[in-house]
Amino acid sequence: MKLDSKIPGGPLKNKWTDYKDHLKLVAPNNRPKIDIIVVGTGLAGSSAAASLAEMGYNVKAFCFQDSPRRAHSIAAQGGINAAKNYQNDGDSVYRLFYDTIKGGDYRAREANVYRLAEVSSNIIDQCVAQGVPFAREYGGMLDNRSFGGTQVQRTFYAAGQTGQQLLLGAYSALSRQIGLGRAQMFNRHEMLDLVKIDGKARGIIARNLITGEIERHSAHAVVIASGGYGNVYFLSTNAMGSNVTAAWKIHKQGALFANPCYVQIHPTCIPVHGTNQAKLTLMSESLRNSGRIWVPKTKEAAEAVRTGKLKPADIAEADRDYYLERKYPSFGNLAPRDISSRAAKEVCDEGRGIESNDTNEGVFLDFSTEIQTKGKQSAYAKGNHNPTPEEITTLGKQWLEEKYGNLFTMYQKITDENPYETPMKIYPAVHYTMGGVWVDYNLQSTIPGCFVAGEANFSDHGANRLGASALMQGLADGYFVLPYTISNYLADEIRTGKITTDAPEFEEAEARVKDTISQFLNNKGTKSVDYFHKKLGLIMWNKVGMGRNEKGLTEAIAEIGQLKEDFYKNVNVPGSNEELNPQLEKALRVADLIDLGQLMAMDALQRNESCGGHFRDEYQDAEGETLRDDVNFSFVGAWEYKGNDITKEELSKEELKYEEIKIAARNYK
Amino acid sequence: MSAAKNININLKIWRQKNANAKGSMETYKLDNVSTASSFLEMLDQLNEQLINERKEPVAFDHDCREGICGSCSLYINGRAHGPDTGITTCQLHMRMFNDGDTIFIEPWRSKAFPVIKDLVVDRTAFDRIQQAGGFVSVNTSGNTIDANSIPVPKDDADKAFEAAACIGCGACVATCKNGSAMLFVGAKVSQYALLPQGKVEATQRVMNMVRQMDEEGFGNCTNTGACEVECPKGISLENIARMNREFLSASLTADK
Repeated sequence: MKLDSKIPGGPLKNKWTDYKDHLKLVAPNNRPKIDIIVVGTGLAGSSAAASLAEMGYNVKAFCFQDSPRRAHSIAAQGGINAAKNYQNDGDSVYRLFYDTIKGGDYRAREANVYRLAEVSSNIIDQCVAQGVPFAREYGGMLDNRSFGGTQVQRTFYAAGQTGQQLLLGAYSALSRQIGLGRAQMFNRHEMLDLVKIDGKARGIIARNLITGEIERHSAHAVVIASGGYGNVYFLSTNAMGSNVTAAWKIHKQGALFANPCYVQIHPTCIPVHGTNQAKLTLMSESLRNSGRIWVPKTKEAAEAVRTGKLKPADIAEADRDYYLERKYPSFGNLAPRDISSRAAKEVCDEGRGIESNDTNEGVFLDFSTEIQTKGKQSAYAKGNHNPTPEEITTLGKQWLEEKYGNLFTMYQKITDENPYETPMKIYPAVHYTMGGVWVDYNLQSTIPGCFVAGEANFSDHGANRLGASALMQGLADGYFVLPYTISNYLADEIRTGKITTDAPEFEEAEARVKDTISQFLNNKGTKSVDYFHKKLGLIMWNKVGMGRNEKGLTEAIAEIGQLKEDFYKNVNVPGSNEELNPQLEKALRVADLIDLGQLMAMDALQRNESCGGHFRDEYQDAEGETLRDDVNFSFVGAWEYKGNDITKEELSKEELKYEEIKIAARNYK
Repeated sequence: MSAAKNININLKIWRQKNANAKGSMETYKLDNVSTASSFLEMLDQLNEQLINERKEPVAFDHDCREGICGSCSLYINGRAHGPDTGITTCQLHMRMFNDGDTIFIEPWRSKAFPVIKDLVVDRTAFDRIQQAGGFVSVNTSGNTIDANSIPVPKDDADKAFEAAACIGCGACVATCKNGSAMLFVGAKVSQYALLPQGKVEATQRVMNMVRQMDEEGFGNCTNTGACEVECPKGISLENIARMNREFLSASLTADK
């Protein structure tokens, strides 16, 4: 398929402004005649639904949670980037744009990223106006901090709960529209199919999760803002309910799925404790400002740590390998996420992991050096120039508590270990997916009238996302991009009139959904949905995880194919449709994750290079760093659905053209 | 540090087919539960066992499993979010229990939170309170004033944040003998009352939110303070006092 990204002409800096000036508009008196469906109520979905309703469109918003406020954007900890340059450290729209392109390992679209950087400032203004309580300095001005991969302070935050505060801001805006009757909320509803009429998106089929009723909803445009697909790995930092179903359903209806192999594996999560584990917990990237990451130099010492014969403190300084400081002296423990994660895997693969779990996977994040440094500083600041070692330690721990107290408490609750006394144990975990539904500059998929926003689309982060950029993108899409581009599309719909749900296309889609549900419920197999989901997760983690190679990927494609067959034959979904049935919900989601997993392996296999979060063992330099192939792989890989057999999907390529930025090797040494 | 071990437990769980059915406590036995597991992973394990025995698994609300989405909502051994403080149910771990323990698990019990099924309740009353006034009436434009043009004292910003940290789980209501939602509403009212951006509509906001709260059937506050004790985010009772002040002054000045 020929992909038209619809990037406007003109100089990069003027593209968005000029383009907006020439987009078609829908007059206020016509907007109430137009319905828009928004699926998902995270940052992108809530902000889009609120903004479109404010404009006067009829908005129907859907979420599977019991309230729109619970979407997984709520869990983002660190912050949101914006090129405000409040700290006077030379930041600008261009620098934010440049850092994002470089951070993404030169696999993102220039025009989209520039627009993102451009609207970033408006996001902060908008959120403050909504009453989002960002952290402030004593003078009353907004505070900023630094994040990985940048040399300026442009991250705005609200303690370790920035995602929560931004989402509650968007939720409040949406709530206001619901209260005014301009938006209608369908909570505990799951979209199970897209309805197309004459090639255009005209509605969805949704299941009411309480009654099981299969409902038809029509609209003149559909926005998918359903988040990422990290749960394909079973264990991830995503919420338990996060899923790919809405995105996958539109893929099956003709929307191309781009770069599925680009997955972000976050370096600092609490390691797996056992086979009953359901979910992994992130420890904020900010901890890497104060912690030093290490493993023992020898396998023997690591083994002794795992069996409890040696405590971390028993290992002498000379016998520790601070591997990030050793390999990346200039960024040290603050190397970007993909690089830090791979380095942890490497030392564990060498048998030097320190966690006593099934895989021995874990490394230390040690605060003892920071306790001494900050303890001494605090003592001096208090006028004590001859502190005793005990005083230093006490003051150092106090400093840590002020800075990271909530994270340390969270760690202790989960692991029952006290990180003030013994190093934290951490290991990388799946966190964010850069790939997603292919969209053009308007955020429209290859289906007319079907738009995709936030993590669900592929557009802005290339092959690796920088910290504090996901929140920025979600709100940029919803508040400041979609309202313009959707109106441009809808300008041609003002004469369409109400779309009837009696159309045969609705009937067919509803029948498809009902059929799938009854197949699952009547299958009466012998294994639970989780059994299959865990199996899928293991294949993905071992063969489509941090290090990939041709052999493993080929095996993964075959194994997932077999798993799919086994799943449809042997899955046991208890209960009925006409009730709240979490197992049925899970079965419908896992079915789509299995398909997607296979496509991810195929995408990773075709991409014969290493870039960002996609690391192919065959493509690395002498020092084990990613080896990009800009001549052959500077493209977005977008897949087209070709029926139930996923291996038949066809790849289309959108060439990435860099007009403004000179492509270079990404160097953090 | 205590090494993880496996324990065997008995569970008494509220089972209720749907909103209209009569529910009852059912007994289950669950063996080999790792003390390193979270409480909800223990329930996952029970459900896996029930599915394999071809019995109906237990329905419960949960999502992020890291204490921030506010979905999980279990009343465990007579306490909202169970026998630990400052945490949600999903952050509770099995090391808090002993081999041979019998654990009682119930849904939130409150008139305004009707049971949907088993341990799942309907908390949309909270959403409706929010819709009645929990916002600043500012449209998306990109042309609001610069974020730094109104300085906000750090102390006010910090207090607003502490109030805004509420996750809307409903533990305050569940634990209150009156089923009062005043900690939830007080936190939202306070967040906006403490910020200049929220002051403009302060009068209508508190009147509208309190009116909706009463219509939803939540009880009144008698200053027992149980809500503050069980709140996983440590939302302070001061927020209720601030809401009462706001409400009083609004009642005296608002156009009726």
